[in-house]
Amino acid sequence: MKGLKIVVLAKQVPDTRNVGKDAMKADGTVNRAALPAIFNPEDLNALEQALRIKDSNEGSTVHILTMGPGRAAEIIREAMFRGADGGYLLSDRAFAGSDTLATSYALSCALRNLSADLIICGRQAIDGDTAQVGPQVAEKLGLPQVTYAEEVLACNDKELTIRRRLERGIEVVTCPIPAVITVNGSAASCRPRNARRVMQYKYAKAASEMQNADDDYISIINQRPYLKITEWSVNDITCDPQDLGLSGSPTKVKTIENVVFQAKEAKTVEANDEAIENMVKELISNHTIG
Amino acid sequence: MNSVFVYCEIEDGTIADVSLELLTKGRTLASKLGVKLEAIVLGSGLKDVEKQVFPYGVDVLWKGDDKRLAPYTTLPHTSVLVNLFKEEKPQIAFMGATSIGRDLGPRVSSALHSGLTADCTSLEIGDYEDAKTKQVYHNLLYQIRPAFGGNIVATIVNPECRPQMATVREGVMKKEIYNPSHQGEVKNIDVNRYVNADVDFVIKVIERQIEKSKINLKAAPIIVAGGYGVGSKENFNLLYELAEVLGGEVGASRAAVDAGFCEHERQIGQTGVTVRPKLYIACGISGQIQHTAGMEESAMVIAINTDSNAPINKFADYVITGDLNVVIPKMIQYYKKNSK
Repeated sequence: MKGLKIVVLAKQVPDTRNVGKDAMKADGTVNRAALPAIFNPEDLNALEQALRIKDSNEGSTVHILTMGPGRAAEIIREAMFRGADGGYLLSDRAFAGSDTLATSYALSCALRNLSADLIICGRQAIDGDTAQVGPQVAEKLGLPQVTYAEEVLACNDKELTIRRRLERGIEVVTCPIPAVITVNGSAASCRPRNARRVMQYKYAKAASEMQNADDDYISIINQRPYLKITEWSVNDITCDPQDLGLSGSPTKVKTIENVVFQAKEAKTVEANDEAIENMVKELISNHTIG
Repeated sequence: MNSVFVYCEIEDGTIADVSLELLTKGRTLASKLGVKLEAIVLGSGLKDVEKQVFPYGVDVLWKGDDKRLAPYTTLPHTSVLVNLFKEEKPQIAFMGATSIGRDLGPRVSSALHSGLTADCTSLEIGDYEDAKTKQVYHNLLYQIRPAFGGNIVATIVNPECRPQMATVREGVMKKEIYNPSHQGEVKNIDVNRYVNADVDFVIKVIERQIEKSKINLKAAPIIVAGGYGVGSKENFNLLYELAEVLGGEVGASRAAVDAGFCEHERQIGQTGVTVRPKLYIACGISGQIQHTAGMEESAMVIAINTDSNAPINKFADYVITGDLNVVIPKMIQYYKKNSK
């Protein structure tokens, strides 16, 4: 067989799992600068499944597609360190303010440039937890989808056999290629960086990261084309601008309320009627119960 | 006027609890809007399914009874929903935030170009003014959900696109019979007219193992957990009572399970399940690391213990030093008194 062209959709996300005290600014908004930007965890599980398919199907390639600011090229490099062949950064102000539907639309337009056999992504990203982009990309491209994949059990150039992890059990399905697969966090962890690949790709850069690069650097990159991370703006994809960003997003955020961060300090409640009633009232008023 | 639709999941002839919870919420909102509540059930062998949903106030039940619709696969269920929604034009559509709803919802919303908000914790009706155009929209669905790892709570609206779609996790909304003798109308869906037989059945389910477990600690928003300090199997009944009143589940430490107070399925900790409820009430649990490893990410913890130095207190937001046989009845009493 000729091998499969695999594209992994990945996202750079703020690490919402390790939120510290400085995560909120004085004005009550989220302080993104204080949160480390990481490779969305389930997208790493997705990368591992992609690399395993590549390992067992000679001639296959794995590329990352990510949408985000120039800085998001970091996760493309990270994926290259772990075994990906390269990546594409989709970056433009026109994409700002996208909800899941507008994001899926932009990604699907970029994917049309790539004609992949398999599109694999994490089930969901930790900054939104919506799990919508995978299925929406599949719908936009008219492809079947297999969500909650835990392991690709078999794969040839026509069909995949996949075990899915559902809330209360498992399901094994077969799916024709091309298809979109979303990978569950219970799947195998991603392999670590490979030292040789780190040496090879550590200077790989996307165009917007090169703006301040010196001439020596640019000449090195020009001699070694594998160090160029392809960057696409809105002009590099075929799309209707109305369907991008804010205007392409049916959902609007009406209000945002910050959940107040409190140091864990236990309140001591006496075992008497008044104290217990006050505690219950407090829990009802802050919507913990009721 | 355009109705409120609920997509109901069915397994072995029984409508899922999360769907009945959504019907309960859907009934409230439909009545508020003065519109009908309509349910959709797709599967095979759906003969008497209306008996399960009508008591929840369903005015119209859409039934798609076809062997090819069970077990659930994405594409045919999407096709039926998308085509039905194009014809019926619901203003609101709900699904469970389950393996099925979270697979189906985004696909349907993409096909209809309608907004979908995942994992809502609250749904209300209200008005919205667009900050830029100053246009005011009346009676929109407020889709309220935590985001950013639970650090913010966002209210989302879909001003223009219909249906306004939302998914909700099991156990978040209350399930309540509307009227045991409520009668609705059954409409049978002509499945062949809606599905595209050439492309909708390309995914084949070759193996399926679904546990029937009724205890789903991981999904419970509130957990009342007991330890060895509860003292007996009989005393655990008090915990069940509190869990029932609050809409939660009962969990246990290994010591309580080993002592035979509670079944193993409810064990929380290193050798049991790990849970992250929004409220964890630890009763008579000392708080060994083997247990706390399975509950330390709970959003809020109440510890009830006779020992004021119990290690569990380090994890607690509220520490009650006292006899749980005294404290729990008071909590039940004051919850009933103060909740609406």
